[in-house]
Amino acid sequence: MVSIIGYPFSERVPEWRNGVGVQGTVLVKRGFAHMLKHGVVMDVTNVEQAQIAEDAGAVAVMVLDKLPYDVRKAGGVARTASLRIIEDVMDHITIPVMAKCRIGHTYEAEVLQAIGVDMIDESEVLTPADDQRHIWKWSFKTPFVNGARSLGEALRRIEEGAAMIRTKGEPGTGNVAEAVKHFRLIKKELADVRALYLEGDYQELMLRAREMQVSLELVVETARLNRLPVVNFAAGGIATPADAAEMMKLGADGIFVGSGIFKSRDPFERARAIVEATSFYDEPEVVAEVQKSVDETKSMEGLDENTMVFKMQERGPN
Amino acid sequence: MEAWERAADVLGIQADVVIVKQPNQLEGLTAISIPGGESTVIGNLAENSKLLEKLKEGVLNGLPALGTCAGMILLSKKSRDSVVGEKKQPLLGVLDVDVERNHFGRQPDSFERDLSIPVLGEKPYRGVFIRAPIIKQVGQGVEVLAKIEEGIVAVRQANIVATSFHPELSDDPRLHVYFLKQVANV
Repeated sequence: MVSIIGYPFSERVPEWRNGVGVQGTVLVKRGFAHMLKHGVVMDVTNVEQAQIAEDAGAVAVMVLDKLPYDVRKAGGVARTASLRIIEDVMDHITIPVMAKCRIGHTYEAEVLQAIGVDMIDESEVLTPADDQRHIWKWSFKTPFVNGARSLGEALRRIEEGAAMIRTKGEPGTGNVAEAVKHFRLIKKELADVRALYLEGDYQELMLRAREMQVSLELVVETARLNRLPVVNFAAGGIATPADAAEMMKLGADGIFVGSGIFKSRDPFERARAIVEATSFYDEPEVVAEVQKSVDETKSMEGLDENTMVFKMQERGPN
Repeated sequence: MEAWERAADVLGIQADVVIVKQPNQLEGLTAISIPGGESTVIGNLAENSKLLEKLKEGVLNGLPALGTCAGMILLSKKSRDSVVGEKKQPLLGVLDVDVERNHFGRQPDSFERDLSIPVLGEKPYRGVFIRAPIIKQVGQGVEVLAKIEEGIVAVRQANIVATSFHPELSDDPRLHVYFLKQVANV
């Protein structure tokens, strides 16, 4: 069952009706994200990569102009991908197709919605367009996924209408450490509000809500559910099957892999292996078996935090 | 999982809900549910682990099965995609229906609506359709449980129930209760 709490001002949220039914409802948006659970979403830059991803068992693809690793190298301004390429991918594969837009760039999201992508990622991998606001996602029929580093950040995005959350991690680095850090922090903060809820300490919950700059209602609902009210994936720096299994073991609902696949030198084997490791994360023998099919010398080159020009996770309003 | 627990509560029975990923986990089950997701992904993973053939054997031997959305596609004999057309994908092929994947379009076209499902009583059932498939054709021995203007969205064939929509996403337990009581005879 999908929680629909955090759906504010229900009388003012737009509704879309066609002859068949009501579209873009909170249930329909969050339900879509539910269908991706225990799956792997893969970054691709063209049809050929999208087909490899689909054949390897990706649950969806994310179309970008450049993989995060190359965004770092290229510098300059990173924008949403060419619409022709996105449409081309949509015409050739049967799994869902997502695309990224810049943080706060409402019109980039509008054009992605107009061509019919399945989900929009308001992403720090691209250059943020607004340093004050994220997109007001309730006014879109298309569901959104947003990155978060803490419980407060996740809940703020949910209150703006995000139907799915992923950790930010540090994209394009091949280093899973930041994703682990963000996931653990969210887990710890969830445990804290859960404990307060069980004690019935609503005053402290109210103080937490004020600290996190979100409504008390959303904090209480999250504490009651003992999890985020939307699906929560791990992203940012995942490069090997064991990385994916580690994030699943920590409690992620699924995995995003960015540069990790198509910046490696064994993309097909690796894509398959990461799918199997995500699905069978609780069976180390299976993960070991699939990890054998990838070669560590072919993993993407890692990036050292100290030599990075900027951290993607720090971009955009809080 | 929660949907099954709720249905068990309604029936006043104790149910152990387990996740099945490997063929040996099929032993001793009262019924199986194949939920939503991506049918190609579930099919390929189940084929690799040999779960697919064991499951097919089980359902053919009478194991009650509920397939929703992707689960319905996996149970079906024949499936094609509304945009890409014929696509090779592993299917169980035990339910005598032809389905069209992504019939209603992409995610922005996903919707919810009330359905009339006579076996669940008069009260409308809220169906959540997410990139949903539709049934184009049914064989003999397939009972139509629900349809809308566009076509058939729920069927039963002996021990199998399949729906285009996601009863696991709504809070109405009636479809799960119907399946457990009428089909699985618990």
